[in-house]
Amino acid sequence: MFPTPIERTKPSTQLLYKIALPISIIIWLLPLLAVALTSIRSGADINSGNYWGMPTSINFMENYTAVFTDSPLGYYILNSFKITIPTVIGAIVLSSLTGFALGVYRFKLNLFVFFMFVAGNFIPFQILMVPVRDLSLSLGLYNSVWGLVVFHIAFQTGFCTFFMRNFIRALPYELIEAARVEGVSEFKIFWYIVVPLMRPAMAALSVLIFTFIWNDYFWAIVLTQGADAMPVTAGLNSLNGQWVYNQHLVSAGSIIAALPPVLMFFLMQKHFIAGLTLGAVK
Amino acid sequence: MYSYWKNNQLKIAPWIFLAPGIFMFSLYVIFPIFQSINLSFYQWDGLGAKTYIGAENYIELLDDEYFIVSLKNNVIWLVLYLLAVPAGLFAALFLNQTVRGIRIYKSIFFFPFVISQVVVGLVFSWFYDPSNGLLNIILEFFGFDTIAILAEEDYVTYGIIAAGLWPQTAYCMILYLTGLNSVDPEQIEAGRIDNARGWRMLWYVILPQLKPATFIAVVVTIIGALRSFDLIDIMTGGGPWGSSRVLAYYMYEKAFSEYGFRMGYGAAIAVVLLLIMMVYIATILYRLYQDEKGS
Amino acid sequence: MKKIFKNQIALALAGILAGTSAVAGTLVINGDTSDPAPKAAFQAVIDGFEAENPDVDVVYNLFDHEGYKAAIRNFLSADAPDIAFWYAGNRMAPFVEAGLFAPIDDVWADQGLYSLMASSAPGMTMDGKKWGIPYTYYNWGVYYRQDIFEDLGISVPTNWDEFIAAGETLKANGITPITIGTKYLWTAGGVFDYLNLRTNGYDFHMALTSGDIAWTDDRVRATMANYQQLIDGGFFLENHAALSWQEALAPMANGEAAMYVMGNFAVAPLKELGLDDSSLGLFQFPAITPGVPMAEEAPTDTIHLTAGAKNVADAKRFLAYAARPDVQTAWNKALGQLPTNAGAGVTDDKFLNQAFSMLNNDAPGGVAQFYDRDTKAEMASIGMEAFQEFMVKPERLEKILERLEKARQKLY
Repeated sequence: MFPTPIERTKPSTQLLYKIALPISIIIWLLPLLAVALTSIRSGADINSGNYWGMPTSINFMENYTAVFTDSPLGYYILNSFKITIPTVIGAIVLSSLTGFALGVYRFKLNLFVFFMFVAGNFIPFQILMVPVRDLSLSLGLYNSVWGLVVFHIAFQTGFCTFFMRNFIRALPYELIEAARVEGVSEFKIFWYIVVPLMRPAMAALSVLIFTFIWNDYFWAIVLTQGADAMPVTAGLNSLNGQWVYNQHLVSAGSIIAALPPVLMFFLMQKHFIAGLTLGAVK
Repeated sequence: MYSYWKNNQLKIAPWIFLAPGIFMFSLYVIFPIFQSINLSFYQWDGLGAKTYIGAENYIELLDDEYFIVSLKNNVIWLVLYLLAVPAGLFAALFLNQTVRGIRIYKSIFFFPFVISQVVVGLVFSWFYDPSNGLLNIILEFFGFDTIAILAEEDYVTYGIIAAGLWPQTAYCMILYLTGLNSVDPEQIEAGRIDNARGWRMLWYVILPQLKPATFIAVVVTIIGALRSFDLIDIMTGGGPWGSSRVLAYYMYEKAFSEYGFRMGYGAAIAVVLLLIMMVYIATILYRLYQDEKGS
Repeated sequence: MKKIFKNQIALALAGILAGTSAVAGTLVINGDTSDPAPKAAFQAVIDGFEAENPDVDVVYNLFDHEGYKAAIRNFLSADAPDIAFWYAGNRMAPFVEAGLFAPIDDVWADQGLYSLMASSAPGMTMDGKKWGIPYTYYNWGVYYRQDIFEDLGISVPTNWDEFIAAGETLKANGITPITIGTKYLWTAGGVFDYLNLRTNGYDFHMALTSGDIAWTDDRVRATMANYQQLIDGGFFLENHAALSWQEALAPMANGEAAMYVMGNFAVAPLKELGLDDSSLGLFQFPAITPGVPMAEEAPTDTIHLTAGAKNVADAKRFLAYAARPDVQTAWNKALGQLPTNAGAGVTDDKFLNQAFSMLNNDAPGGVAQFYDRDTKAEMASIGMEAFQEFMVKPERLEKILERLEKARQKLY
């Protein structure tokens, strides 16, 4: 293990390390802690410029409920779920199929198709902006939750295919061979043999895609307008423009908006990290 | 019919599995790339008819000082954003211990990566706020002059990049933490016997083994730097007087913002961005190709 | 998508139930009344309309004020509402030219608006047709801390020397003369407009914003020299490039700054921040070049029937309703602004009375809309960005003017 395990060092170093840990974490999260602090202040504190002194009152409940009652943030969050969940399902279904095809079969264009997905995943997606907007318009999907879902599924298929294909490559190929010898059809092999084995990959991808899509801002502002289909990222920014003198409420809103992916991360930490590294370090 | 399927199952099946994915990906990603390239030779306001104008958009770019500023900022982003890689390595080394509660610490360090860039942008705009921001409170406390980072053309891009480094460092840290897990303990012991420690150990024994993690950290960071958009839009809107624009943002502004609707010109900017990115994409694909040939 | 669908069902239902009056349904309106007062004011208009027309269900899509200006181009060509908020003058031209707004001369005729709205008619006319209903306009001017001026014995400045002297007195007392937040640029456009209107007059200003005069012209330089006098003199709030216009209200409210070159819409938030009629005042931007007739800025806000409207009949009913004197009286009372319908009453309010008299009696030079409404959109963005830069880096004047001139030659 590197660096030298702390328990093998001098007691003074050990002590230093134990002090350094909490201090570093506080410095690291300082900007966020500041926002958390602001989010429980009263409007009076904000107006009088009391950002850093003792709060005159703790308005935790008031502020966090005000965000839902006085703004459409709750609606935006609902939109975010409506966009994120179908995207996760769609991207996983599509990429299981493509990943299986590219991971199991040997055919001439295999590598070419694979590289197409990988390269597409890495392009600066701004180049897609104008055509995708026009496409959404002509499909009647502009400014709808489904417009975002369909685009996200398509785009995420690039990364997910890369991920799934590498995962399937690492599965024992003999299983599939054996099934073929038995005369099992390709579809049944996929459904009964490979899909059950892919569960860990699916779990990891779900958490990752959930986070990516929940946090998407660019496509939200390109493909939606107004409150109709706007997810929480774009909604939060628009709220920030309206609530100039209510920074405590925007802060509370920011924390609420950050919560779902954070919870997702803590609950599914193992899968999340597996996902990041599996997709990354082949 | 049935026997044809039976005999050719292995040839046809992959295409059946691929069809939906390829269809969607082509429709929304591959074709639009070419449509954008095509559009960059047109003048179009998004409302009326398109006019073919050849390379005029590109010629205009050469003489557009806002474009030059954006390009320059992209280079700054590219270089400074890469600091996330050593910073992430440092954080990973710092946290790669087995003391009590270390898992919680690791998770909390990773925290910023999970948060939306919109929230990160808001958090840092408040952090930099000239009158009430924590940064200036701290500066004042230590007797320095306050500074409105987001209103100074010389600092604004660095201020935004610093905000961007926050989640990106967390990302690199996780990659390295996993990498460190798979470092071969025998080699470390061998290194120790050879009396390598500290920096020498890190440089000669550990880093070579972390190569895959480094590669991927560099790749995701470069791509993140070239795609940077959210933070700029949230924190400055490209200002002051356009000095924090990058290509991705400038193209959005030219094509979709309040005062521009020059789709063709925006597309030309995007094509330039794509060309820059192609260098990296080609590297990645080349490496993948080498790996595939090897296996 | 959902909206359209709902709309179609409503229309279909109405068709089935036909035999009653007009075809009713959902009326979709997109607007940018995101600040509290305008939001409540327009909600009251909707409520009033729905009460009179129970068969119509108004769906109002509220946009963030800054975001709306970009969004409208998208939704007009993509998923048009029935009615959209916008602005009069040149700012309306691209949408009229692209066929995205629909003419409503019939509403003007039915409501007798040709005479009742004669003063705002030119701003709504293109190709001889009327393209919308102006529902409000508001003055610009110098809003100031009346109490601070009185305490320091400063009288309201009427010419440039007095203005500079007033600023010096304020500075000597540790007060920033002018607050401003230029993060979203347009506030700087207002300052430039007034300086140019006062230095060179209305006709020159309109010629400049129409692209007929070089930015390197000596008369522009004269305007910029006056601008520079304020900048070099430290008249403007520090860090203004980091602040939105609302954030710049706070220094004025707490007495750190004393003046704000602003539109009337700043009065409501300033009062919310604790100012009242005794502490807040308004004066006309002082004369600069003697003999140049005083001209004012008074942007007109409008609502339009879109070309893609699905419920034209109800949309026209709504537009007619919005033009009515009684509706405009109440609406503008809630907005704290001036009605465009001559039959409507002006709310008895210190600032509105003063503004009304200023625009009708003290603006012989003419009334401009605003920099970003009088000039082409792309030029406006380059121009306002240049003003912001100039306010922080005045030493770059030459480069800035050259850049503007280059843009003008390309865009006009």
